[in-house]
Amino acid sequence: MNKVINFKVDGVICMAEKGQHILDAAKANKIFIPTLCNLPGFKPKGSCRVCNVKVNGKLMTACTTPVAEGMDIQNNTDEIIEIRKMIIELLFVEGNHYCPYCEKSGNCELQALAYKYKIMAPRFPYQFPDRDIEASNDKLLKDHNRCILCKRCIRAIKDEKGRSIFAFKRRGHKVVINIDTKLSVNMSDEMAQEAMDVCPVGAIIKKEIGFSVPIGERTYDKNPIGHELDGIKSTGL
Amino acid sequence: MGKSIIATTSLAGCFGCHMSLLDIDERILELAELVEFNKSPINDIKKFTKKCDIGLIEGGVCNSENIHVLKDFRENCKILVSVGECAIMGGLPALRNNIPLRECLAEAYLDGPSVENNEEQIIPNDEELPLMLNKVYPCHEVVKIDVKLPGCPPSADMIYEALVALVTGRDLEIPYEALKYD
Repeated sequence: MNKVINFKVDGVICMAEKGQHILDAAKANKIFIPTLCNLPGFKPKGSCRVCNVKVNGKLMTACTTPVAEGMDIQNNTDEIIEIRKMIIELLFVEGNHYCPYCEKSGNCELQALAYKYKIMAPRFPYQFPDRDIEASNDKLLKDHNRCILCKRCIRAIKDEKGRSIFAFKRRGHKVVINIDTKLSVNMSDEMAQEAMDVCPVGAIIKKEIGFSVPIGERTYDKNPIGHELDGIKSTGL
Repeated sequence: MGKSIIATTSLAGCFGCHMSLLDIDERILELAELVEFNKSPINDIKKFTKKCDIGLIEGGVCNSENIHVLKDFRENCKILVSVGECAIMGGLPALRNNIPLRECLAEAYLDGPSVENNEEQIIPNDEELPLMLNKVYPCHEVVKIDVKLPGCPPSADMIYEALVALVTGRDLEIPYEALKYD
């Protein structure tokens, strides 16, 4: 076993193995830190910034920062919650997120975080960017309106030779997720489902099935995201 | 304390939010103890007859008449509430925001698969008709909005809790299950 180190989250003494990232170490101590891009088992990316915490007074992403002996981490403070709310609201106005008809609604992690932080409406002006829907793939539909560019699909969905089925296309603010047409030809139903599940929002949708779970029984209908860890219904207002 | 006065309207909406307001069921009796309704499609009062405390706005702003009604509400109501996704962000009508208006109208009146008997190729242009805006706008981009209640529609629980909180001045506390965007 690796060396055990001590650290504090919001004043609570926690223990972790050396080399663990703050997000995983907190999880092991039943402390919820929100994230949209991190995926257990895959190299952290730090792209969504929702997991921001204050480490010894400095803002860091909890998914990419290794925990160290004696670290003093602020997680659920008013300041950090406000920063997270702002990031979530920016993500909502930056794309076209029409929750009322989205198939991922109720199972969407972005929406679930907004619920958890009781966001009634974004404070920023809606951008209504002009984005496409790509339906050429047999099994998957890509809705660029909802993509938050977290790179989860690129990192997690690979063929038997380890090649990514998804990739970034174009650069800067024009960047979109693309499906490799050749590699995705033989995509199994299981892989298509995995791609939809791995997406934190509704940007990857499996075709020919939708709205299969009724309202009231979806993942975040009754209990907030992270509830299984900390038992907290909602934070801040 | 006298009763608070409420006005409601539906702009570019589907009346679903009004239906949700009626979904408070028998609590409407408790609400009737606290408030009286002025201009609203529920009682069919067409014009403001006095200043109101709370104005409930359903739907976004898609034409010139919507702007007129919304400004009228702002002038006559102390507190304006955006009720539902359409009022907050345009909602489904805002799906047209990235399609030129000319294309939308052509699809509806000239080229669409359901268009019949329009040999003269007329897009309705009577001067009585309100002019459509280039885009569908959230209400808060046209007038100041004080409170926003999300949902499509907002649940009856949320509308009721919000109204009682506004009327009695207590803090708005919404249970987790009642705050939804769909």
